[in-house]
Amino acid sequence: MITVGIDLGTQTVKAVVLKDGAVVSRGKAFSGFDLTKSAQQAVDEALKEAKLSLSDVNHVTATGSGMEMAPNANSTISMMGADAQAGVFLFLKARTIIDVGAEEARAVKCDDNGIMMDFVVNERCAAGAGAFIEAMARALEVKLEDMGPLSLKAERASPINASCVIFGESDVVTLIHRQESKPEIARAIFDAMADRISSMVHRLGVNPDVVLVGGVAKDVGFVASLKRKLSIDVLIPKYPEYAGALGAALVAVRRAKKV
Amino acid sequence: MKGTPEKEDVEYWRWQEYHRIFSEKKWKNKDVITAGVDVGSVGSKAAILIDGEVYSWGVMRTGSNSPDSAKKALDWAMEGTGLRVNDFKYIVGTGYGRVNVPMANKAITEIACHAKGANYIWGPSVRTVLDVGGQDIKAIHCDETGRVTSFLMNDKCAAGTGRGMEVFADLLKIPIEKIGEVSLNVEEEPPPVSCTCVAFAKTEAMGLLRKGWSKEKVLAAYTHAMAIRMGNLVKRVGLEKEFVITGGQSKNIGIVSRIETALGVKCLPMPDWRDNGLDPMIAGAIGAALFGKALYEKAQKS
Amino acid sequence: MVIITHYGYSDGSGEYYIVIDADKCIGCAKCIVQCPQSALELIDMLIDLEDKTVAAVTEQQRKNIKYACSPCKPENGKAPCVLACEQKAVWCIWNPR
Repeated sequence: MITVGIDLGTQTVKAVVLKDGAVVSRGKAFSGFDLTKSAQQAVDEALKEAKLSLSDVNHVTATGSGMEMAPNANSTISMMGADAQAGVFLFLKARTIIDVGAEEARAVKCDDNGIMMDFVVNERCAAGAGAFIEAMARALEVKLEDMGPLSLKAERASPINASCVIFGESDVVTLIHRQESKPEIARAIFDAMADRISSMVHRLGVNPDVVLVGGVAKDVGFVASLKRKLSIDVLIPKYPEYAGALGAALVAVRRAKKV
Repeated sequence: MKGTPEKEDVEYWRWQEYHRIFSEKKWKNKDVITAGVDVGSVGSKAAILIDGEVYSWGVMRTGSNSPDSAKKALDWAMEGTGLRVNDFKYIVGTGYGRVNVPMANKAITEIACHAKGANYIWGPSVRTVLDVGGQDIKAIHCDETGRVTSFLMNDKCAAGTGRGMEVFADLLKIPIEKIGEVSLNVEEEPPPVSCTCVAFAKTEAMGLLRKGWSKEKVLAAYTHAMAIRMGNLVKRVGLEKEFVITGGQSKNIGIVSRIETALGVKCLPMPDWRDNGLDPMIAGAIGAALFGKALYEKAQKS
Repeated sequence: MVIITHYGYSDGSGEYYIVIDADKCIGCAKCIVQCPQSALELIDMLIDLEDKTVAAVTEQQRKNIKYACSPCKPENGKAPCVLACEQKAVWCIWNPR
């Protein structure tokens, strides 16, 4: 049984090829202006690495905000459903999945079969997701990938308006002029994000095991702040940004069997 | 400190520093002379009243030190009046840094002072005030005495604030002072952008430009969305005529006309300080000084 | 007479306010005690030239209301602060988009 899952996000498209219950390859492309084309690229890359072609695939399921634009998809699944499936596949005891992406963040509660039971979403406000960290990194003139390690050097967080990307940008500039240290500003940014995400999770109830996925899960600064705020350990898979695509590929297996 | 500016400050809703005295008025020691000092995040204003009537005022940029700004603003309002600080019967501090007006007898919230001041400037018919500043938006409903009955203050989200508009103006490379008229330069009003979030609206705008929309149309769509947002904030506290818009964005005709359309109500015209009118920017300082008079008289009775 | 303060905000994701009527509030602090987030406190507000002690949302939480209050599920109308108030001086406006 070979399935493909595609996650069409606002920034990147991710693809995963699942063969007989194991991930054999992944593919990625920038979403850009032509989502369908980028999705095709990501799928082609993954299939090539797996030495397979589309005709070998039993079923393709798409997810993500751009799921309707997926090429050759047999079905779609909500991001929440995909997250739940992926969480339990990656960590058997996963019951709360937190997915922090570029423009949206969500928390999903699931059962031991990876079926989504409840969820909460943070959307339409850039301060609620990865876009916030990106914008603050630009204002700090620090590379996005350096933000995490930088923040870990701080022992306290600077006072900063962390409720809005736009206000935050001006705040950062003011703080820099006042000679506040960059590590402390970076830490404040992660703490604010972690605070928001953790409150979102508390609305569902924190049910261990807690799994963190999405692009932002790769950021050590965010992870450190989140663990502090949640006061519970958080499990992170090796390729957290592929969780959505993986979940879609798992759903594809169920759907293929039904036909 | 400048006496009169050397050249017209062309920055649009960045305003000139200036001070004014109604020199036909004269003060005597027996008068109830009160002062209000409003230290905002961007501007510091002070107003001096003789028996509850505006005598002089000053408007200047807030420096890095709030207590210093408070003193400078009050000195500015006193300049040329012959008054000294101990001539004041009561001084009220207000604004973002109201706790930092060292010479004040009392600190009162900027909302209460702004409403009182609006009531003074426009009269007892004012019921709804929308104050759109650089970094926050306030919606106030008051009664005929200028007493606040309902209000909200948004400084969490930049959408609609001067700062948010600046970001959009920068994106479209339109000078700030022109964004009002440029946004009205469309044949047909386009639908509002779907994202109120400035950061996301930027992305949406770039997509629209790529689709062939003109800058004017994109700006119109964004301004439309912002006007709807601000109209909803006003409705939240209860829209009631007469309605006034104050703050930097009151000079953005694109926003003002669209808010009027969204609410179905025309706002009262803005007095022009250059025309010997009372500058709405000092509403807070006026309100503070009025509170000062009331509190002084109350203390005298007891 | 009403003296209504809307603590909170509206942004792209919706509108969220904890609303307190300072005229009805008697400063009993029952809502403050019930809040699991310690988001409420007593402040002095000038009303008719007198300082009145009333409940308010703390400065830090005003811009964080959506997150602070979300676990109490205010949309169900049963937030602990609202239920605690015998004067009906506290209520919630919770409209996610």
